[in-house]
Amino acid sequence: MTKIVLRRLAMLVLVIFGVSVICFVISRLIPGDPAQMMLGPRATPQAIAEMRSRLGLDQPVTTQYIQYMSDLLRGDFGVSIITRQPVLGELWSYIPATLELMLMAMVLSIVVGVPLGVLTALRRDTWVDNLGRGLAILGISAPTFWLGLMLMLLLYAELGWLPGSGRLDIGVTPPPHVTGLYLIDAAIAGDGLAWRSAFNHLLLPAITLALASVGTVVRLVRGSMIEVLSEDYIRTARAYGLAPWRIHFVYALKNALIPFVTVLGLELASLLFGSVVVESVFAWPGVGNHVLGAILNLDFPVIMGFTVLASVVYVLANLLVDLAYLMLDPRIQISA
Amino acid sequence: MLTGQASISRQLPASLRKPMAASALVVVLLVTLAALFAPWIAPYGPDTMNLDAVLQAPSWQHWAGTDELGRDVASRVLHGARPSLAAAVGIVSIGLVLGLLVGTFSGLLAGWIDNVIMRLTDIVMALPGLVVALALTAAMGPSLFNAVLALGVLSVPAYIRVARGQALALREREFVLAARAMGAGTWHLMRAHVLPGVLPPVLVFMTFHLGAAVLASSALSFIGLGAQPPAAEWGAMIGSGREYVLGHWWLVTMPGVVIILTAASFNLLGDALRDWLDPRAASR
Repeated sequence: MTKIVLRRLAMLVLVIFGVSVICFVISRLIPGDPAQMMLGPRATPQAIAEMRSRLGLDQPVTTQYIQYMSDLLRGDFGVSIITRQPVLGELWSYIPATLELMLMAMVLSIVVGVPLGVLTALRRDTWVDNLGRGLAILGISAPTFWLGLMLMLLLYAELGWLPGSGRLDIGVTPPPHVTGLYLIDAAIAGDGLAWRSAFNHLLLPAITLALASVGTVVRLVRGSMIEVLSEDYIRTARAYGLAPWRIHFVYALKNALIPFVTVLGLELASLLFGSVVVESVFAWPGVGNHVLGAILNLDFPVIMGFTVLASVVYVLANLLVDLAYLMLDPRIQISA
Repeated sequence: MLTGQASISRQLPASLRKPMAASALVVVLLVTLAALFAPWIAPYGPDTMNLDAVLQAPSWQHWAGTDELGRDVASRVLHGARPSLAAAVGIVSIGLVLGLLVGTFSGLLAGWIDNVIMRLTDIVMALPGLVVALALTAAMGPSLFNAVLALGVLSVPAYIRVARGQALALREREFVLAARAMGAGTWHLMRAHVLPGVLPPVLVFMTFHLGAAVLASSALSFIGLGAQPPAAEWGAMIGSGREYVLGHWWLVTMPGVVIILTAASFNLLGDALRDWLDPRAASR
């Protein structure tokens, strides 16, 4: 077991090193001279040369890379060209909004997807099965940004059920900051109005983001349940006369969920990019929306900072998922 | 998203699979026809503005309505088939050509070269693809060409894996061993014996990837990093139509439906191809 963990950790170090190299290369691909961009069009050649040596741009590439890495490790992701604020700090302030969105989306896709997956496995070829499959097809082939716009048109513009942008209604003050996640902070402060407002605003973007994953969840749980239900130990449980709901939801589901865990890691990648798109559609003030503004303004330090951050988070999350999978399924440990 | 092999037809009852695959083929053919012949079949040009007919709902003159500059949405969707399809084909071509060669090579040679290549592949595949594509395209300058380049390069590792897997399986087969015993060099082995065997799974993967590529390139265009307005690319149309969408659903619905149909069709075709090439996989 420890050997596997060590091997995974070694892979992790390699991958993060690879991420940093790739992001370093990308940041050097950017056209234009950073020194020139920082000093503006009226800078003298001497000032530019001085700035270049201050930024370390006249050093050989390997030295630049070492400087880049040590900056990253110290948390120095550079300074935004537009706001002149440190990139990491700025991104960090937008993270709670994105985190709330992603967590809610995951919760929704699990809460809807797992039972639906189980039901479609138990009631094959009925309307429930077709509903699940329909959702799966939609989630797989429809672009997330389009789904968001359609949902906004339907549930906001046409039916008026849910708000179409922002995190709170105008006039509602956000709850005192504890985590930055309004649902939690409002609950802690006992602010019912803010909670309801935050919840309403969270629903549309979260549903949009969840739609992309729910299909995968349903598919996976369904396939997994079907396999597990044909296993011998289920037949034995039935022969012993255990109640069906117990067999299905306690024994079968537990084992069916194992491959589901591995998918969580992969889903995170689409959630990361999906949040950029969804935040843009619903004007959700999170990291994705901020990066979008940076893209349109060609604010490269912010773009690169986001890329490094997102990549590291993704790699770490997948490592955790791998380890969780190892722990959940003892058979893997024995065979590995 | 870049490499998803999510299978739609597995979701369908068995009786529907063949008709769905046939419909998928028809859709792909229609899209290809639109891409090739749009200038001749579309009623209006993609940039023909009519400022008297701005933001009109679908009507007999404009089957899909008009946009904020009075351009006919249906014609733009037809013209948009070309950049959207070309982008997907471009992305897949980069992945296919580079990935097939490197992967087959790697699988055939095995040994330390294979190891190094696999480590590099693992590293690139461990990254969140679309996020890196976003950064790459932004750095190179927003354009459909750069988006295609970025997405194509990022898809190479997946092709390497598929080709290598198959090559590894084939190198132990009798016909390969026999050819080797008769003195065949690596290059000849690859070209004449191994490559034909590696192609089927790679082609199946490629078909699925075409669907994913359409989705990915339209997503990048939507956020402003791919095709630039006034280009009639589907994702870009949704991106620029977004401002006016409330009260004018046709601006966004039409391009979106076409994207869904195209992506789903490639997906179904991939399934059909897989079932045709390897009937054993069809029984699940």
